[in-house]
Amino acid sequence: MEIPYTTEARPDTGLYNAKVGIWLFLASEVMLFGALFSTYILLRVGAPDNLWPHGWLNVPVGTANTIVLITSSITTVMAWASLKLNNFGKFKLYHACTILCACTFVGIKSYEYHDKFVHYEFALTDGKYADGHMVENKLIKGDDGSYTGYAVIKGHEVNNREELYDLNVVHPKSSGTEAQAEAASAHEKHKEIRVEGPKIKAMSNYGPWHNTYTAIYFTLTGLHALHVIGGALVIGFLWGPGAKMWKTDPERFTNRIEISGLFWHFVDLVWIFLFPVLYLL
Amino acid sequence: MSDTHSHESFSHHIRRYLIVFFALIAGTIFTVWASFIHFESRAVNIGLALVIASTKAFLVAGYFMHLMSEKKMIYSILAFTAFFFVGLMGLTLWSSHDFPWNTVFH
Repeated sequence: MEIPYTTEARPDTGLYNAKVGIWLFLASEVMLFGALFSTYILLRVGAPDNLWPHGWLNVPVGTANTIVLITSSITTVMAWASLKLNNFGKFKLYHACTILCACTFVGIKSYEYHDKFVHYEFALTDGKYADGHMVENKLIKGDDGSYTGYAVIKGHEVNNREELYDLNVVHPKSSGTEAQAEAASAHEKHKEIRVEGPKIKAMSNYGPWHNTYTAIYFTLTGLHALHVIGGALVIGFLWGPGAKMWKTDPERFTNRIEISGLFWHFVDLVWIFLFPVLYLL
Repeated sequence: MSDTHSHESFSHHIRRYLIVFFALIAGTIFTVWASFIHFESRAVNIGLALVIASTKAFLVAGYFMHLMSEKKMIYSILAFTAFFFVGLMGLTLWSSHDFPWNTVFH
């Protein structure tokens, strides 16, 4: 059975069927991400004053990833344009770059996730907080929830937990007061700290369970990363085995590239909002 | 888009894609730069970042996704999406005023 309207436009819509299909799908995707952005807004406005995290994510790394995704968007549209110009060689080149960009994006994201999973916050029995990246973990948790052994982290100790939330707020050059400068240097100078097990009241890494910010951060970026992986698999198929269609039905193949491209641009579009919302604001 | 584009008209498109690409890169750098400006209220930072993000989104949707020259059918689908998305955000902002403060555990 032949699939209708794969290349020619359907009279009532004026479009080939797959194009209507992908736009309907993208419309549902807008609502999916919209619901999660709505969740983000409500979590943020409901957070106690000064306890919504700022500066927890690495801005240069996030910026680099944004540029990688934008680059993949231009290579995607250029791959489609190459097919329109009947240049299959250039199509292969551009989409190889797209796949490379997708892998780079996922690689950078994995590095960022790993950084959060090895980053720990300890609430200590003396009321202080130790925060930093795990260097050595020799802690053993007992049945009653208490700890024995020790852990070594590279980080800093603070008296007030609020200091851990807004890492952008203190700038010694712009603020001026001595106390603020001291606090700023505490943020900047990370040193190795040995945390003794019996002194630990509670501990948690910066995974999705840490607080509402990390929960929505991992949910939003995780769902986005799944889209990147899914899109890369489809583009990879069309670049590899699926490219055989170019010889038998070039127009239909070009349409497939346009459809996968529309999905890829949508993934880029979502990141355009995720980046400032999670990294910068 | 029409399938009968000549090479010449496509070169024109490709030039446009490149301009959009550089505009998106510039927009990204501008967003990062603007986020480090200390306005009196953080709301200004948020507003500015969202304006830049919306401009970038318009460029991606308008040129890379060809929404500047699409068929009526696509616009109809997107009109429904826009209606429900704006409705969702409107309800979110509306309910955020009633949101009990300090109820979210950190």
